[in-house]
Amino acid sequence: MAEFEPKVIAFVCNWCTYTGADLTGTSRIKHASNVRIIRLPCTGRIDFMLLMKAFAKGADGIIVSGCHPNDCHYTSGNFHARRRWIVYRSLLNFMGVDIRRIIFSWVSAAEGAKWAEVVNTAVNEFRALGPYDEYKNLAPIRANWRTEHAG
Amino acid sequence: MSRIGVFVCHCGTNISATVDCPGVAETLSHVPGVVHSVDYKYMCSDPGQTMIKDAIKEHKLDGVVVSACSPHMHEPTFRRACAEAGLNPYLCEMANLREHCSWVHDKEEATTVKAIDLVRKMVEKVKKNQPLYSIKVPVTKTALVLGGGIAGIQAALDIANAGHKVVMVERDPSIGGHMSQLSETFPTLDCSQCILTPRMVEVAQHPNITLHTYSELESLEGFIGNFKVKIRKKARCVDEKLCTGCGLCSQKCPTKKNLSEFNEGLGYRPAIYSPFPQAVPNKPVIDKTQCTFFLKGKCKVCEKVCPTKAIRYDQEDQILDIDIGAIVLATGFKVLQPDFFPEYGYGKYKDVIQGLQFERLASASGPTSGEMKRPSDGKEPETVVFVACAGSRDEAKGLPYCSKICCMYTAKHAMLYKHKVHHGNAYVFYMDIRSGGKMYDEFVRRAIEEDGVKYIRGRVSTIYEEDGKLIVKGADTLLGHQTVEIKADMVVLASAAVANDGAEELAQKLHVSYDPYHFFAEAHPKLRPVETNTAGIFLAGACQAPRDIPETVSQASGAASKVAALFSQSELTREPIIAVVNRTAPPLHSTCTGCALCVPACPYQAIEMEDIKNRDGKVVKRAAKINPGLCQGCGTCVALCRVKAIDLQGFSNEQIFAELMAL
Repeated sequence: MAEFEPKVIAFVCNWCTYTGADLTGTSRIKHASNVRIIRLPCTGRIDFMLLMKAFAKGADGIIVSGCHPNDCHYTSGNFHARRRWIVYRSLLNFMGVDIRRIIFSWVSAAEGAKWAEVVNTAVNEFRALGPYDEYKNLAPIRANWRTEHAG
Repeated sequence: MSRIGVFVCHCGTNISATVDCPGVAETLSHVPGVVHSVDYKYMCSDPGQTMIKDAIKEHKLDGVVVSACSPHMHEPTFRRACAEAGLNPYLCEMANLREHCSWVHDKEEATTVKAIDLVRKMVEKVKKNQPLYSIKVPVTKTALVLGGGIAGIQAALDIANAGHKVVMVERDPSIGGHMSQLSETFPTLDCSQCILTPRMVEVAQHPNITLHTYSELESLEGFIGNFKVKIRKKARCVDEKLCTGCGLCSQKCPTKKNLSEFNEGLGYRPAIYSPFPQAVPNKPVIDKTQCTFFLKGKCKVCEKVCPTKAIRYDQEDQILDIDIGAIVLATGFKVLQPDFFPEYGYGKYKDVIQGLQFERLASASGPTSGEMKRPSDGKEPETVVFVACAGSRDEAKGLPYCSKICCMYTAKHAMLYKHKVHHGNAYVFYMDIRSGGKMYDEFVRRAIEEDGVKYIRGRVSTIYEEDGKLIVKGADTLLGHQTVEIKADMVVLASAAVANDGAEELAQKLHVSYDPYHFFAEAHPKLRPVETNTAGIFLAGACQAPRDIPETVSQASGAASKVAALFSQSELTREPIIAVVNRTAPPLHSTCTGCALCVPACPYQAIEMEDIKNRDGKVVKRAAKINPGLCQGCGTCVALCRVKAIDLQGFSNEQIFAELMAL
């Protein structure tokens, strides 16, 4: 049987990590192909509903990456993201979401090699965790809940 | 129903080598809403762009997805092409198949599957795109040049000669930078000060240039064409208007034993000083950390002797507010300092010096008036060893890069030494000789062949003192790693060029990227070498990477021409990627609850609360209002808004959720 390949969605900022990932390409550093990058202007733009939606759409793992602290193109967007993540993390944990499946990282525009490393490590970890069925299985339950309570 | 066109680029074989491009185009043609899907070898070429333009007209496309390289590379190209075909440019998006897919994965099915996913998500995004219109902003036609070395001087003169105002800010008391410290320059051996000082004077006298020395950038706000900077003018304790630069204060100052920065610690200067005789401006400063009056409360000799009564002990730092349109960063480099080489005994043995110190020893204006005297006892050194790559290309020391200038200046140093001490022996330990440049290799050959400098290929392992001699131990790798031992009188380390002090903090103040060694990063290593990723901020000289004078000057002129081009426009167009509050008329319908959480979150103070009044003038509601001129489009407020009343044009919630749903 083929090995389980996790579906990984990465939310990255336009100025550091996206450019860093471009550098990974320009430097031809190979990495796992499971990751799909969603480009946002800044990590500060990341509404954590996006992360929930990603899980709902079947992501087995999520990477969030932006500029290093102090290096934000918009001065402080990454600080907002970091603060929000700290709060959100405990909320997710409380709700029973497996927070090992969200990896938060800083990758600058000069760190092409680091981006490949982040992706590979994340993919390996998610692969070891297996498919995130618990979350996916919630979807039909929720659908039933709707039909039951609507009628 | 949408009418989307998908254009898959092969990029020669850059994409098609690992991705099945025709397959991607074929698969995408089945996606609902896609009416046209093709692949082509070079989408960015003229025929490729024509293909897009024709398809827009022929198929009446209302959205375009170009699946090619990074949007950082060609988004403007394709958006322009769409605009030429009459489609709103913001209805064009790019899927990054090259940098994020074909270059980083092997040729296998998963790579093509990923490529399809990447294009598909952009198709879904583009369906939700709205036409946007660029914003016009005025331009302040004044440039700020940070740093008064040769890079800053060249950039400032070029911009000023193009007819624009320039504000130059230099941290030290005088402009001139490292170049003013050099004795002679390679490959012509002409005197550095002779070619530099006329330019320094030109800067000071140019009607378009305002010079602030002994000043630093305090803060920066705003955006291209409309920066607002605060400059801290440090207290010189001397009234610049009254001071004539006679130098009497320096002569009479009783505290003379302070190490001179200009002479790299090989000479002394008084507490009130001008760094060097040709300083521009030639007005002294009081070093408060060494002045007797500031330390003990009495002395005031300089005040007594000053013929124009220009001394001001009570002078305070001034903060200047200046409006700026563009910035040239020319803050230069520094030479790697002592404790880095415990094995070479730098700092321990007085006669182990670094390259800039040798420049001062060889310079006619230096502490020895250009006579070759070693620092410890003032004797003429009979044998001098030059160590190239001291720190550079040494991964163990964390500096894997080549400092570029050392090969050439080491050859120059050895040559200058031989010209001054004809019977002396000069040895150079080197790893490789990198002498690319006009007349550069000839120069090195001249040092070896005409001046008899002995080049030894190998590295120095240790330097220690024995019987008044410096024993330099190294290997000669061309003689089968044979150990070489030289008894030297003086050792010159070609210390690595590293990023200047405070480079990281400055980059953070200006929001420009920097590399792991704290050199500022250019927007593109090949095609945009003088621009940073922050629009309106340009780079010149060694603050970007180690470089020599000719390269620095040409880069500075390049940066200056970019600034001049920017200033040639009466107004700039800005990307309309900004946040908007859903407050369409009537504003009461806005979902904004007026909680004002977004106001402190905005890094640009672009959001303010506005009272919404009814016809009687009674306040019925408060709602957020975003100033489109100030908003930079980071989207922090969007993520923060609890009622989703704010959205970011170009990266709206609808667009991003659509992207996600495609995955």
